[in-house]
Amino acid sequence: MPVSFTVNGRATTVDVAPEMPLLWVLRDTLDLKGTKFGCGLAQCGACTVHLDGSPVRSCSTPVSAAEGKRVTTIEGLSDDGSHPLQEAWVEVDVAQCGYCQAGQIMSAAALLAEHPKPTDEQIDAAMNGNLCRCATYLRIRSAIHKAAGQ
Amino acid sequence: MLDRRGFLQVTAAAGGGLLLGAWLEPALASAPPTLGNDSFTPNAFIRIAGDGTVTIIAKNPEIGQGVKTSLPMTIAEELDVRWEDVQIEQGDLNPAYGGQVAGGSTGTPTNWEPLRRAGAAGRQMLVAAAAATWGVAESECTTRDGRVHHAASNRSLGYGELAARAATLTAPDLRTVALKPPAEYRIIGKPIGSVDTPRIVRGEPIFGIDVTLPGMRYAAFEKCPVFGGKVADANLDAIRAMPGVRAAFVVDGGTNLSGLLGGVAIVADSWWEAQQARKQLDVTWVSGGTELQGSAVFAQQASALMAGTPQRTLRQDGDVPAALAGAHRTVTADYHYPFLAHATLEPMNCTAWFHDGKMELWAPTQNPGSGRQLVATTLGIAPDDVIVHLVRAGGGFGRRLANDYMVEAAWIARQVGEPVKLLWSREDDTRHDFYRPAGWHRLTGAVSAAGDVTAWHQHFISFGEGERFAQGASMSATEFPALFVPNFRLDASVMPSGVPTGFLRAPGSNGLAFVSQSFIDELAHAAGRDPVQMRLALLGPPRLAMDGERAVYDGGRMRAVLEAVAQRSGWGRAMPTGRGMGVAFHFSHRGYFAEVVDASVAADGAVTVHKVWVAGDIGPIIINPSNAVNQVEGSVIDGLSEMFAQEITVTNGQVDQQHFGDFPLLRLTESPREIDVHFVKSDSPVTGLGEPALPPVIPALCNAIFAATGRRIRSLPLSQHDLFPAS
Ligand code: FES
Ligand code: FES
Repeated sequence: MPVSFTVNGRATTVDVAPEMPLLWVLRDTLDLKGTKFGCGLAQCGACTVHLDGSPVRSCSTPVSAAEGKRVTTIEGLSDDGSHPLQEAWVEVDVAQCGYCQAGQIMSAAALLAEHPKPTDEQIDAAMNGNLCRCATYLRIRSAIHKAAGQ
Repeated sequence: MLDRRGFLQVTAAAGGGLLLGAWLEPALASAPPTLGNDSFTPNAFIRIAGDGTVTIIAKNPEIGQGVKTSLPMTIAEELDVRWEDVQIEQGDLNPAYGGQVAGGSTGTPTNWEPLRRAGAAGRQMLVAAAAATWGVAESECTTRDGRVHHAASNRSLGYGELAARAATLTAPDLRTVALKPPAEYRIIGKPIGSVDTPRIVRGEPIFGIDVTLPGMRYAAFEKCPVFGGKVADANLDAIRAMPGVRAAFVVDGGTNLSGLLGGVAIVADSWWEAQQARKQLDVTWVSGGTELQGSAVFAQQASALMAGTPQRTLRQDGDVPAALAGAHRTVTADYHYPFLAHATLEPMNCTAWFHDGKMELWAPTQNPGSGRQLVATTLGIAPDDVIVHLVRAGGGFGRRLANDYMVEAAWIARQVGEPVKLLWSREDDTRHDFYRPAGWHRLTGAVSAAGDVTAWHQHFISFGEGERFAQGASMSATEFPALFVPNFRLDASVMPSGVPTGFLRAPGSNGLAFVSQSFIDELAHAAGRDPVQMRLALLGPPRLAMDGERAVYDGGRMRAVLEAVAQRSGWGRAMPTGRGMGVAFHFSHRGYFAEVVDASVAADGAVTVHKVWVAGDIGPIIINPSNAVNQVEGSVIDGLSEMFAQEITVTNGQVDQQHFGDFPLLRLTESPREIDVHFVKSDSPVTGLGEPALPPVIPALCNAIFAATGRRIRSLPLSQHDLFPAS
């Protein structure tokens, strides 16, 4: 069944099972590998993308839920890696293995869109669903503050 | 070091090119320099193009420990180029690079000197090329930022301009090349961001799971939940009729738990379709005979072993019974820690393509060489016909030292004759790991009236058979406080198990430090002595502890980090009710670490870690301070994660846990807000940092909980103690 939505500003139609998770449509149908698979169970946040600007776990979002909506992935956060969060992540040298970081940045981007100067409590609430197995949490927090100009 | 080991080998390449072959252990040399186009390839690690582009090979697997950045930094330093001008390229598995393993925190100590010499050799040849061009003495030439300078005549040439000429020169003996004095370092010791981070933040496809080949299929593999079981029957026809499914077949597999095991492979047009089909799978399994095993059974067996005569005595010094009999006070306690999984965030995966008689693999592995061997042996092909590309791994922690996913991908890909990406689900990953073995310890210790530890008797129980410990379950006869307590005895008993065990970050140490450093605290309490003072007394004056001829423990280095962490944490200050500080130290992977935890326990039992102080000694130089601090912070939180609520249990031969819901990692809000990291610089070899900062944090928190509540934690995880709320 065809499902139509925009991905990073480009109109897209895919012909897949409507219950296929958005994660696998992005990764394997549309070859956008930036969004990661960590659990498939909405536990880790590695698969976080924006649906009409709100963060969702794409592993647990059927593609049919994207019909007519705007999907933004890490690849579409900026054209050239110049989103303040991307720059802060590089400057703070956040990543260890790096596997969780696309999801972390997408959660953080949704947070900053809503709260441009987030408090630590707002960071806690927005970021607690994103696991980092390498435990780069201190740097994640400081990179968010840096991106927010704090 | 190089001379003594004699693993230096210099070989001239054909065609007037040159290569400084591998000197790394095991000594092998067959570097394939890519010559031509005016490029200069002084050895397997460096390529300088005529246009001045400098490419440095990152030889070891990158799993998040930072070697893709830190090892090339050491080459770039001695080559004398600007870091910003260097391109880093991941090397594939190639004997020219020497050992390529991410394990045991060995990457830094084994490569520190050889890779600097490789860089220095390249620099020396470029100097020689410039001197010959100008007709001046090499000694009059200097280098800086990728150029050779001749100050007397005010001339300079870029490395690119010199590449063609340098390529005609004979390589120097690596033992003779001059290395920079550390005071002149311009790259080593500077905080440098990980080379892949700009790509990571843009979501570029650089991980194993991202590998894509033309015409690639996707595979899921269902193994018997009881380890080593085989397929008796499966509804393959029904599976083959499912949408997108291209193939479904039984893999017989063998009996080696670290090799190819029996199961059903499903290959489909997408991984999601393979997984959907898998849900309809109906398999009759023949178990491997371990279906009666379980955690409760192991605990009973451990109790029985504890009650009996120890199977082996690993060490006996002095006279323990006499010392116990004459002690001022004695303490006896039992300790236990559970099986643990690795839970890398990127589940196991591998992409394989069998073509032209060769098996080509893209593997996020920590140990590609052993993976190649396993694939070759299992498939019955020559190791030379197995090509392994190293791809970035989304975490390793020791899990990817095993290569089960590699051999599964290879087997499936050969059968279907098309490129295949095998991906495990989170549940597969949790239930088919090589687990940190559980362990049980009984300790009896004695203190004198003066408060010194006079006797230590430990009986360690884990898995294995006969004289052999299971993988990851061993304990050394020199494990601290051996050689520091005059009357000391270490016994060990093992039981067999069909649970695959393996190495988890700081293997052995991640459980043993909890036991010994908690028990030292118990002895301090029994002696009425401050825990830091007790430990300083136990270490004694700075000395090298010798096991026969072999120096095994530098008490002086440990004293220094313990004193540093006590000072930085303000040890001994008064704490509010329900809040306390705990201290612990541990030596592992050549690193000396002491840590202090400030934690509180709320009325409902919730434990909060406010701050952790870390002092570590890994030698005189920290190659990349940015990554070093990141590794230590990660190790600390990783250790806390393990002890808070992680436990793998086995029932009827199967692992009970499935995912992050029942095997939880610490989240952002549960992690300490502050970690103070301090390196004590010592005049000892430069060593690695992926592991040694982890072990002490576990007993340090247990000791802090004791300081806060008077409750002694003798088994992990903490979630099993009613310090925690019932929910
Ligand atoms: S993969 Fe979606 S939350 Fe883990
Ligand atoms: S950096 Fe490895 S999981 Fe976050």
